[in-house]
Amino acid sequence: MKILVPLKRVPDPELKTKIKDGSIDLSGASWVVNPFDEYAVETALRLLENGESGARDGGEVVVVTIGPADAAQQLRSALAMGADRAIRVDGEDKALDSRTVVAVLQAVIAEEKPDLVVMGKQAVDGDANQVGQMLAAKLGWPQATFAASVELPADKATILVGREVDAGVEYKRIPLPGVVTVDLRIVSPKAVKNSVTPDSFAYGDGPRYASLKGIMAAKKKPLAEKKLSDYGATPAPVIVEKGVELPPPRKAGQKVDDIPTLVKKLVEEAKAV
Amino acid sequence: MGNVLAYCEFGGSTLKSSALSNLSFARAAAAAHGGEVIALLVGQGASAAGADAARYAAKVVVVDDAALEHYLAETHAPIVARLAGEHGASVVSATATTLGKDLMPRVAGLLDAGMASDVSKLAAGNQFVRPILAGNAYSTVEVSTDVICATPRQTEWPAAEPGHAGVVTTAPAGDVDALGAVVERIESSKSDRPELTDAKVVVAGGRGMKSGENFKVLEELADLLGAAMGASRAATDAGMVPADWQVGQTGKIVAPELYFAVAISGAIQHLAGMKGSKTIVAINKDPEAPIFQVADYGVVTTWEKAVPELIEEIKKVKAAR
Ligand SMILES: Cc1cc2nc3c(=O)[nH]c(=O)nc-3n(C[C@H](O)[C@H](O)[C@H](O)COP(=O)(O)OP(=O)(O)OC[C@H]3O[C@@H](n4cnc5c(N)ncnc54)[C@H](O)[C@@H]3O)c2cc1C
Ligand SMILES: Nc1ncnc2c1ncn2[C@@H]1O[C@H](COP(=O)(O)O)[C@@H](O)[C@H]1O
Repeated sequence: MKILVPLKRVPDPELKTKIKDGSIDLSGASWVVNPFDEYAVETALRLLENGESGARDGGEVVVVTIGPADAAQQLRSALAMGADRAIRVDGEDKALDSRTVVAVLQAVIAEEKPDLVVMGKQAVDGDANQVGQMLAAKLGWPQATFAASVELPADKATILVGREVDAGVEYKRIPLPGVVTVDLRIVSPKAVKNSVTPDSFAYGDGPRYASLKGIMAAKKKPLAEKKLSDYGATPAPVIVEKGVELPPPRKAGQKVDDIPTLVKKLVEEAKAV
Repeated sequence: MGNVLAYCEFGGSTLKSSALSNLSFARAAAAAHGGEVIALLVGQGASAAGADAARYAAKVVVVDDAALEHYLAETHAPIVARLAGEHGASVVSATATTLGKDLMPRVAGLLDAGMASDVSKLAAGNQFVRPILAGNAYSTVEVSTDVICATPRQTEWPAAEPGHAGVVTTAPAGDVDALGAVVERIESSKSDRPELTDAKVVVAGGRGMKSGENFKVLEELADLLGAAMGASRAATDAGMVPADWQVGQTGKIVAPELYFAVAISGAIQHLAGMKGSKTIVAINKDPEAPIFQVADYGVVTTWEKAVPELIEEIKKVKAAR
């Protein structure tokens, strides 16, 4: 089974947001794999391996990013986790929007013919939450977004996805090929099931760390460098940023000494109770 | 051209309150585009809610078909895309609920439309203000496709007021092809409390509550105030409380009148989901916890001490009224 994982680099979400000349100041940013995409890589690996023995019986995980030269680092991180092969399509963040990314991914998929696409539900820089669903529409494939659990039966013809929706969890089964976008809880210990990992097995919480061996191996794994034009795409974004601003700061609050004072203030000052 | 097709979620014979936010966005967009609002209800039983929708929009289109029993993006998106064309829509919108977020980008894909997610303001007909970076900044984006898809954020758009006597028409579902997708079951944590995204008061607990059992005292406070329950990711991940209580960047976005954050540190991803609350109260034993930077009122103490006392004090206030 071949799984394609599109991934994006994002500025480290823990860093303070600064604005310079009407856009986000990224001059001092350190870059990481979009957390949801890291979870998608973890999901893909768990789908293919026997969690207990660590053995993988065939299958391939291909990671792809559309981004600048530096984004190769994030692809290497995914290779170090255990992905097999990477593709970087050269593009500057500013020149990309969801439609361009989708067009490139669609062309990559036409070439790679994966059985399944697993990706993050959203990139935590733009928080758009669009690419997976748009891609599924373009491909005419079914989609299962916001996956908190996945279960791949032995015949690998379908996948059962526990989706986090407002009302709870919806269990949706889609035939393959299809697009799955993952939510946070997909990396909890028993969220990913295949037919080879024993039911009793539990993963550690969160995505795996790359081992030293993994990091060494990643250096030798293939990383193809491509251009947008290789996929018939042009950087012609239809969504353009006109400006950014910081949210108005909340006015400074106050510490109150005890609960009776709190309740008094809630009643008299905030009129909230 | 210039109409706004507003996909509205409904339950039984009424629109969901989330749909009312979409309708107020749709009115603003229709004014900017010189068109009218067309409310669209899709799903088995949609006809029953048509009359309610007609109170909010001059035109209502209902697609009611037994083949649409469960919502599926695969079946709804082509219907929305087709009707957008038939009704000359330049904007197609749905509230940014999990359903709207699942559906609308798929519609955009079918229409080759550019899309603005989580819209908090309309800056101009094709310019949208939206939060990025977990709400740490607001970006104004211009979308230059002929048809634009958008998901307004419920907390940023007030519920539309009724005031129309709209005309309800029906449209056929056409060929319904789920592409093989099926909903096998839905597990929901039923509760008599108000919905988290609609509640006037939210009581949320974090990792510092230590166990699900300990949440009982928060639930008592919530029930006293008619509040919904919320939680941080750390609390839901630890299995203390159901996952659908999670507030934050990847949970629910709430903006109640009053938000209690109890034993929650205030990580940016949590703040992203509740910063818009009118009054924020934080109870935390650590005076340095970042939650105090956004709280209107902070009390440095343990929940074990504070919450039972809070319940007593509020009971006193209520008894005195
Ligand atoms: C991609 C991504 C998305 C995320 N999305 C979300 C999200 O949507 N929502 C979310 O909440 N988080 C989210 N997180 C997680 C977030 O970063 C934090 O880890 C999480 O919010 C921490 O939860 P917490 O405040 O309950 O726990 P902690 O940070 O552990 O804080 C516990 C607090 O309890 C206090 N405390 C302990 N004991 C007591 C006591 N007896 N009385 C009073 N106070 C006490 C402590 O002082 C501490 O401040 C996300 C993270 C990532 C990477
Ligand atoms: N430039 C990109 N390269 C590869 N994948 C991307 C890119 N941008 C977005 N994606 C994928 O699309 C998902 C959703 O992104 P978004 O719709 O931008 O929030 C991400 O989690 C990635 O898997």
